[in-house]
Amino acid sequence: MSLDAVVPRPAAPAVLPRSGGLRGVLSDLLWRRPGLLLLLMLAPPLLWLGIVYVGSLFALLLQSFFSIDEFSGLINRQFTLKTYGDLFQATNLDIILRTVTMAALVTLASAVIAFPIAYYAARYARGRWKALFYLGIMLPLWSSYLVKVYAWKLILAKEGILTWLFDKLHLSWLLDAWLSLPIVGGNSLSVSFTGTFIVFVYVWLPFMILPVQAALERVPGNLVEASSDLGASPGQTFRNVLFPLALPGIVAGSIFTFSLTLGDYIIPQIIGTSRLFIGQAVYAQQGTAGNIPLAAAFTVVPIVIMGFYLWGAKRMGAFDAL
Amino acid sequence: MRSDRGQSAPFSLKLAAACGLLFLHLPILLIFVYAFTTEEKSFVWPPPGFTAQWFAVTWNRPDVWQALSLSVRVAAISTLIALILGTLCSAAVSRSKFFGRETVSLLVILPIALPGIITGIALRSAFALTDIPFSFWTIVLGHATFCVVVVYNNAVARFRRTSGSMIEASMDLGADGFQTFRHVVLPNIATALLAGGMLAFALSFDEVIVTTFTAGQQQTLPIWMLEELIRPRQRPVTNVVAMVVVLVTLLPILFAYYLTRDGDQIAGSGK
Repeated sequence: MSLDAVVPRPAAPAVLPRSGGLRGVLSDLLWRRPGLLLLLMLAPPLLWLGIVYVGSLFALLLQSFFSIDEFSGLINRQFTLKTYGDLFQATNLDIILRTVTMAALVTLASAVIAFPIAYYAARYARGRWKALFYLGIMLPLWSSYLVKVYAWKLILAKEGILTWLFDKLHLSWLLDAWLSLPIVGGNSLSVSFTGTFIVFVYVWLPFMILPVQAALERVPGNLVEASSDLGASPGQTFRNVLFPLALPGIVAGSIFTFSLTLGDYIIPQIIGTSRLFIGQAVYAQQGTAGNIPLAAAFTVVPIVIMGFYLWGAKRMGAFDAL
Repeated sequence: MRSDRGQSAPFSLKLAAACGLLFLHLPILLIFVYAFTTEEKSFVWPPPGFTAQWFAVTWNRPDVWQALSLSVRVAAISTLIALILGTLCSAAVSRSKFFGRETVSLLVILPIALPGIITGIALRSAFALTDIPFSFWTIVLGHATFCVVVVYNNAVARFRRTSGSMIEASMDLGADGFQTFRHVVLPNIATALLAGGMLAFALSFDEVIVTTFTAGQQQTLPIWMLEELIRPRQRPVTNVVAMVVVLVTLLPILFAYYLTRDGDQIAGSGK
């Protein structure tokens, strides 16, 4: 190493001269005033989200306090709680109850199916297998929603692959017996609540797997070993060690499955009975009925339910698992 | 060293996990079979025969092309807006601590956390209140809003991994703010932005729930498919379009995964 590299040359000034031009001035200004830079960076996204999104939400809320004139069909822009009163009619209460029940069942089923996949991916899959599992969950999550629904229309159709499969296994009587049940049955699987349920579980399942896997990744493997060393059966280990530690992840996943089921109107429209869900009611009210106030009031229901749900989830520490 | 290395899973767990993955993938694979069926009227299984003629029929359908072109244009513009807004927001949130920082990230995530129908009907009623007619831009407005979050998530994860001292070093070496951004910050976050952009594109390209409220009479490809699902006109054409959509969305996702695979595995999480 030469001496030149170690000893600074006296000719070089410690502070560079100020760079000229508008660009230099601007650069210096933003460096001296980080607050200004922050403001410039935050303003566009906040303005966009604030005006387009929050503004729209307020417009929605505002509309729900309007009412519709039953004779002319015009919207009466005066404050009233009448539209919210309409929500408590028996048919509308039915819709809300049906949707919430479906959302709860879908959430439960997703958790049961997701757990083994998430557990295997978190604890046993390594290297290539881990990547494969990751993609195996990611690809269905990101594939087209409508195509997934369409695929199930193919599967559940009366002449479709599932009927064929039951026939080949000589189990057609089982399918027929299930379809003849009062609430869950129907003409074929594609026009029954069972069909709606299966498709909901299928479409939202990846949203449950990811947070559960994230929660299980954080459980040290030796905790499970310690539990079995201390004499616990696999079932006891699951109940007392794994499940409590995975619970925040399950709750985090259930936020998605629950919220998405509450708001969906396409799946029950394509696969299901003619009885409405909240989303369909909203869609029908704003579209054919032209009753935007009632549609707006209907959307407030999932917002309120999700508000309580999120509040409960936060208390259980679910947000750390997201 | 992990004590459980080499230990294999119990058979029942393997079976349950395998069944779960099959449940996730078989329905999508079925689409590929149906695209080649000769059956026109029903969804009969097994298909009576196989043919590739429906690809030619679909190719010559102008309504499919129009819907596809609208979808691509909407997705491109929405992705561009989301890239700008998402990058700005993530840079602000990860570089400094300020009052209301949590609120900002909540605001970004909200459009995707609340059910799509709420975003949709909210925009619809805002358009109704302000007398904005439906147009190409009303669709973009909705799409860009929920696309910001995927760009934001990817960029925030990358910013978390890049150390702030690099920026200081760049400044110490005499670069001004713009040069630092161009030569230090941008190369560091470029792949994360590309991944976020890919996912935003896929998200917008596939979106149907919000779009039904903001499109009016216009047809994006998902709306075209929805129409076909409710009132089928030519089922084989729908089969072919479904298969093409699967392939088209597959590529950006695989590419986004490839770009972000080392380290921040964020690309797809939290759609």
